Amino acid sequence: MSARLPDPAGALIDRGRPIAFTFEGRDYPGYEGDTLASALWANEVRTLSRSFKYHRRRGVLTMAGQDANTLVQVGPSPNVPADRLALSPGLAASAVNTWGGVERDLWSVIGRLGRFLPAGFYYKSFFRPRWAWPLWEPVLRRVAGLGRVDTGAAHGDYDKQYMFADVAVIGAGPAGLAAADAAAAAGAEVVLIDENARLGGSLDYARVSGDVRARLVDAVAAQPAITVMTDTTCNGCFADNWLALIHGNRMIKLRAKAIVLASGSMEQPVVFRDNDLPGIMLGTAAQRLIRLYGVRPGRRAVVLCANGDGYGVALDLIEAGVTVACVADLRDAPGADARMEEVRARGVPLRPGATVREAVAGRDGTLSGALVAQVTGRGICAAPGERFECDLIAMSAGYMPTGALACHAGGRMVYDDTCHTFRVADAPHGMTLAGSVAGVHDLDAVVADGRAAGARAAGGDGGPAREPDDAGLNHPWPIFSHAGGHDFVDFDEDLQVKDIRDAVAEGYDHIELAKRFSTATMGPSQGRHSLLPTARLVAEATMGEVGATTARPPFAAETFGHLAGRAFEPVRRTAMHARHVEAGARMMPAGMWMRPAYYRPKHRREACIVEEVAAVRENVGLIDVSTLGGIEIRGPDAAEFMNRVYTFAYLKQPVGRGRYVLMTDRTGVIIDDGVACRFAEDHFYVTATTSGVDAVYRAMLWHNAQWRLAVDVTHVSAAYAAVNIAGPESRGVLAPLCADVDISAEAFPYMGVREGRVAGIPARLLRVGFVGELGFEIHVPAHAGEALWDALMEAGRGRGIRPFGVEAQRLLRLEKGHIIIGQDTDGLTHPLEADMAWAISRKKPYFVGKRAIALHEKVGLTRKMVGFEIGDAASLPEECHLVVRGAEITGRVTSAATSPTLGRVIGLAYVAPDQSEIGNTFTVKIAGGKLVEARVVKLPFYDPDGRRQEM
Amino acid sequence: MKLMPCPLNGPRNITEFIYGGPVVAEPDQNACTDREWTDFLFMEPGHAGVAREWWCHAATAYWFIAERDMVSDEIIRTYPAAELFADRKGDP
Repeated sequence: MSARLPDPAGALIDRGRPIAFTFEGRDYPGYEGDTLASALWANEVRTLSRSFKYHRRRGVLTMAGQDANTLVQVGPSPNVPADRLALSPGLAASAVNTWGGVERDLWSVIGRLGRFLPAGFYYKSFFRPRWAWPLWEPVLRRVAGLGRVDTGAAHGDYDKQYMFADVAVIGAGPAGLAAADAAAAAGAEVVLIDENARLGGSLDYARVSGDVRARLVDAVAAQPAITVMTDTTCNGCFADNWLALIHGNRMIKLRAKAIVLASGSMEQPVVFRDNDLPGIMLGTAAQRLIRLYGVRPGRRAVVLCANGDGYGVALDLIEAGVTVACVADLRDAPGADARMEEVRARGVPLRPGATVREAVAGRDGTLSGALVAQVTGRGICAAPGERFECDLIAMSAGYMPTGALACHAGGRMVYDDTCHTFRVADAPHGMTLAGSVAGVHDLDAVVADGRAAGARAAGGDGGPAREPDDAGLNHPWPIFSHAGGHDFVDFDEDLQVKDIRDAVAEGYDHIELAKRFSTATMGPSQGRHSLLPTARLVAEATMGEVGATTARPPFAAETFGHLAGRAFEPVRRTAMHARHVEAGARMMPAGMWMRPAYYRPKHRREACIVEEVAAVRENVGLIDVSTLGGIEIRGPDAAEFMNRVYTFAYLKQPVGRGRYVLMTDRTGVIIDDGVACRFAEDHFYVTATTSGVDAVYRAMLWHNAQWRLAVDVTHVSAAYAAVNIAGPESRGVLAPLCADVDISAEAFPYMGVREGRVAGIPARLLRVGFVGELGFEIHVPAHAGEALWDALMEAGRGRGIRPFGVEAQRLLRLEKGHIIIGQDTDGLTHPLEADMAWAISRKKPYFVGKRAIALHEKVGLTRKMVGFEIGDAASLPEECHLVVRGAEITGRVTSAATSPTLGRVIGLAYVAPDQSEIGNTFTVKIAGGKLVEARVVKLPFYDPDGRRQEM
Repeated sequence: MKLMPCPLNGPRNITEFIYGGPVVAEPDQNACTDREWTDFLFMEPGHAGVAREWWCHAATAYWFIAERDMVSDEIIRTYPAAELFADRKGDP
């Protein structure tokens, strides 16, 4: 059996290229250019899926990918619209939402229980008694829902692209083609977007005389300034003409100076009993089957119409060899229409003022007949009606503008009571509507409207937009509810007329409320066919205006892959990165950077770290600190600027000396620390924390945007590579490399800073107590970082120099009681509670945070940071373990480790102020709920007098 | 995505910018009352009208001022901070 029409019907298919495919395990033939739905319909397979709730048979509705009736599972991809899925060799698809296959779906028994499952039934059922929900949940999850998610599916390749255009034209029907042509003619770079494989829109399938399509398509092809993007769905329209386009596995972000929305309109179904049987489709769907795919939509048809287009459908059907049993026209007195006269002349029985009252299912569950009855009032028809045998009902009762994209960017749908249709109002600035989305349907007017819109979007004079001409296209009330139900308003969610009425009766008396309670318009088709009847029913029940729900992106389904794009996580590497890797370092992320955690084998992690600590404490170690931030401050006001942005005093800092810096924000919270090196009266070089430097730099510039001090502030983190060589032997290693800098203890004291050459490389040397040993921080131009590293490793070879990583650094610094900003401080820590009052200059007239710190002082401390020790070596707290006093939480641990140097557990913690005395004990609740006693000790834990770093 | 017309870099995607809060005159830290200072820190204007705000183009670390309609979210005007802060500010 084949419903395939002879050549030339089927503009998209290539009869020379047959394709074999399977559906539900059975083999079928099709052609290149077919969609899965068209090929199945050609094979007279009419049940493509089962509905969401009642598991009713569903077939073709739109043939445009706009409905949920044709969702299928293809391999790991759930819910693929079969009427947009291109047929490919070996394609194997199955219906979604069935138990035992689409033909004998065992869940269809639920359909018979329909009257026990009103809208909102799950809100009312299943949740009481509470213990019953876990029993119901797996059942409901199995019955409801559509396709299956394959969690084992292979990764796909998705990516993203940026595009720019003067004018983006969305929709390549007659309006869009004309608009693109006119915009390009006016000098604009144009991107023309259409979701279909072929340009033309309705010109490809509607009953059009002449060669309009060829003329418009040729004109577009002749314009080199038009980029044509077919098979591309515009899924979202965002602020300032930012469009999200989906093309295959790619998301394109298109910024346009202007947008012409020529997205057309969607034909709307009629509501009557059993209006969802396979074989009942939109008139345009029948036309698409015939003209695009060469498929006869049925053998014997009833056309149900409310406008002249329906007679065009009837003529198309007749020409395709379909017997038209009857044309039922909802209108009592259809106006003069040549198409109607032609249908009459062909001897087709016409029934003006009539509707299909009820569709009749055959033995196979698909459409076998229609009861056509006289309309006797609004939504009322006479019983029982005249029976016509048919396997096709084509519905043409009105249109809905495809205005969702305009609504994404702030537009609204407003009901026009005269023409019984929605109109797009308040379209966003920069967007022009053209064609039937703007209510213009006459083909000549559509082309003229598109041309005018295109020219205007390109900044030219296109003349005024055409006025809507759609009076008489939409029937005011194509809704014929039936006492027996099955009069579906929303096919996605199996919602019937009474579900909407019940929702309003329950008190959900606004379209947005009724929508959420009933789930109308919330299914995969997003109300494309259900919004209009739902809105009308709610308005009728509330005696209010017809309101619309809010359209939000995406317009069509998109995958997480589209949103995620490629996995792209760039990291920064220091100049010495290769050396670390060669030395066997385990690298770890530190902010945006990669840093060595420790060197050599992973299975010896703990031992490596302990050895590295010992090397620094007893001999000499070398660490890459290139990730430290660096900021240059130069100018006559440099010292004044430093004095304002940091808490310490810098006016009298001598040249050649370094000084600790602590930065607070206006609320007195600690935000960064580092060392300020004064290399000249008007020149400071300041270090900042790796992750904080960007914000510090920005804060500095923000302050000076207001202060207008005479300084240059420059972010030089990436310009310098840096190392710290530390340990009692460090001077001995470094000295032979320093020809022009005297690094003796007398000439280069602790906290001194010098400029000179190290191994011939221009360098800045800082004598800081980074890890609490004699040590030198050496900053050199980044390109020389590796040479510096090599020179120091070579010079230290005889003394057993050892590189050390971040893990050892943290231990060494914790032993010295140094806090880590962001680990030991949080978003509320001020210097007083961090015990850093020593870093605040109270004599200064001004610094950022001064008043707030004074206020904190006035209010008093609520917590205090202390150093602690724990006697039991087996009781090592982790970060954020709580300090408790009975039932009260008084603080938390911020850092803790077993000190290799001291041989006991040490750490930093916030405790209540009255717990912070040296020698006091407090309780920490560690892993497993174990309570451990900790004792407050004086900081630093190691070398309290700082003798070792000042050697 | 919204566009921000940066006075230095021209129109750029809003994700390239960092919001810096409303432009508010800082009271004299040494002379104001506690209440004046905490209001300055924590009370942000929330009127339905045009707000004057700090914005920073992150890639170029350029701070400027934007006037934005808080109802329509329309950016009305942007200009260099020097238009409001022209002179060197001495110690308060």
